[in-house]
Amino acid sequence: MTEAVVDFPKNFKEALNDNQLRRNLRAAMDTMGQRRRNLFADLDALERLRARGDAIRWRALRQLPDLLEQLEKKCTENGIQVHWAETPAEANQICLGIIQRHHASRIIKGKSMVSEEMHLNHFLDEQGIEALETDLGEYIIQLDHETPSHIIVPAIHKNRDQIARLFHEKIPNAPYTEVVEELNAIARKVLREKFFAGEVGVSGVNFAVAETGTLCLVENEGNGRMCTTAPPVHIAVMGLEKVVERLEDVPPLLRLLTGSATGQLITTYFNMITSPRQPGEKDGPQEVHLVLLDNGRTKIWADPELRQTLKCIRCGACMNHCPVYTRLGGHAYGYVYPGPIGSMLTPQLEGLDHAGAMAGASTFCGACEEVCPVKIPITTVLRRLRTESYRKTDAPNAVKGHGYKRTLAESLTWQGWALSNATPWLNALNAKLLGLAGPHLSKLPQVGLLKHWGQSRALPPFAAKSLHVLAKEKGIADE
Amino acid sequence: MPTHPEKVYFFGTCLIDLCYPQAGMAGIALLQREGIQVVYPQAQSCCGQPAYNSGFPEEAKKVARQQLKAFPKDYPIIVPSGSCGGMLKHHYPQLFAGEPEAAEAQRFASRVFELTEFLVKMLDVKLEDRGQPIKVTWHSTCSALREMRVIEYSKSLLRQLKNVELIELQRERECCGFGGSFSVKQADISSAMVADKVADIEQTGASMVLSGDCGCLMNIGGALRHRNIPIPAQHVAEFLLERTQ
Repeated sequence: MTEAVVDFPKNFKEALNDNQLRRNLRAAMDTMGQRRRNLFADLDALERLRARGDAIRWRALRQLPDLLEQLEKKCTENGIQVHWAETPAEANQICLGIIQRHHASRIIKGKSMVSEEMHLNHFLDEQGIEALETDLGEYIIQLDHETPSHIIVPAIHKNRDQIARLFHEKIPNAPYTEVVEELNAIARKVLREKFFAGEVGVSGVNFAVAETGTLCLVENEGNGRMCTTAPPVHIAVMGLEKVVERLEDVPPLLRLLTGSATGQLITTYFNMITSPRQPGEKDGPQEVHLVLLDNGRTKIWADPELRQTLKCIRCGACMNHCPVYTRLGGHAYGYVYPGPIGSMLTPQLEGLDHAGAMAGASTFCGACEEVCPVKIPITTVLRRLRTESYRKTDAPNAVKGHGYKRTLAESLTWQGWALSNATPWLNALNAKLLGLAGPHLSKLPQVGLLKHWGQSRALPPFAAKSLHVLAKEKGIADE
Repeated sequence: MPTHPEKVYFFGTCLIDLCYPQAGMAGIALLQREGIQVVYPQAQSCCGQPAYNSGFPEEAKKVARQQLKAFPKDYPIIVPSGSCGGMLKHHYPQLFAGEPEAAEAQRFASRVFELTEFLVKMLDVKLEDRGQPIKVTWHSTCSALREMRVIEYSKSLLRQLKNVELIELQRERECCGFGGSFSVKQADISSAMVADKVADIEQTGASMVLSGDCGCLMNIGGALRHRNIPIPAQHVAEFLLERTQ
């Protein structure tokens, strides 16, 4: 499924000018960051845990093809039907096929970013099938016809007042209230009724265990458990990188996930799904399906540097700590995955020519890397994507859409820069010229770089005498 | 490597070279005062980071090779910047991985120190404050904090100054929005970030903001001047020298 080309500069400007959004995000990100710090107060223990998480994810990725085969085998033995989808369109068709086979017109959904990646709701809507989001945050944004602005807390861009107004306007007979418990009760009442009406339940997967064929689902509201147990059919959709080797790999990853995401030691609900309802069991769906989505992940996996993107366990800590995300929110990025993880993943999934600008939306401050529970070298991957944006190549591992940004002007600029900085006399001449020009910069037409810099800052104070000159004059040894 | 070497190299950084040479001279003076012979190779230029981070590693490599050539001897290389220091120390080995210069880049990297790190860790500098009482605030730059990990060295030097009161920012660890070419390529986001940094600086009531990286200082200081806020932004080396002369 293609998306309209995103106008990043326009999106960014609009987001930056939205003061309400800026305040909401700042408050929310501060809270999430603080909760994480409170939980991971023992920094040495955290480092050990992160090293373990990193190792578990590496081990899984190293043997990814084998583990996926093992997962399929185990799931099949357990009675879970496994489907492979190379593209989101294929994944959507698989889901539709299952839904139609059961003559369902209404599905209920637990939170799943892969289903967002598939644009499943939109697709089903076109087929006349209603998909109801049951995660509170997802329900809120679905009411407002929005997409998630954060991978963990999808409605984080909204504050309580905005949600109060939304409920009052969109939910029949809902009274206006700003009391959180009352808002929760309103949503709960609506959702409870829908759970019983849902004919198929759809969920995501946080970890899939190859050793046992177990699908793990982390959640706080119990809606995920409702979606996976109340309807007669459960469809789990999963990016194929989410597999882990052993059951014992799950506890450290779970600790890292919940601690990094929301500062929780453990979530209220943790579901481990290993089969449909067995003979003699009183509950659970009659059918469980696992849809494994590739959507470019195999290609990412093939490159040892880019593969690190796939270590991600989708905790969202990189967003919570990103100074750029904190000022833009998720919608400005224009794609499903925002923030640092989105900036790494999206250009690889969608192509640099579509989403390459996301790799530029970082100061490389490293705040994301510092908190990443599986130690993804995020700036290294982003730097690689910036390089690929200019690289024209036939290399098989080149990122889709590579070289889209290459222009003669920019190439020549950097070549000139390199020549000057690799040639001492040119460098000296350059410093001298800049020193002479310095006092007159403000008299030049303020366009291009000068305009961009000068919109909020006084111009660089080029010195009449460079350090090279001063050092020489002071007799500092040159050897 | 001896803890108190006779000679050190000084890598001035291109930004200090072009815009803040007085910060570089202050760094050199602080080292000389400890009885160290400072060598400033005239063949040096830029660490290559602007091209490296902008997607032009080949151009970065070309410039980096020039630095390998300009600092051939076994002296420690002192850098008055966390950002350029991080490039030399942590990114050169990556940049030259698999290249003929790989081993040379590794050796080069192992000799790199950030200035305040070197003053504290290797020279155990003792400072005597000769200035008037002053309130200052401090911006921890991202590379100094997360790549070079030298912030505690910088701040420990400030704490030695008895008439200097260090008031911490509310968001000391948050990026100022400079990010090299980010500041012009994403000027709107960068401007929003530096506006928040300026507000944070103002609320401290400090009469100066100090830092160890001239890129961030150009951004923060430029934003302060743009708004006519009379709070100078100064490199820590210059401040330390002025206070102790």
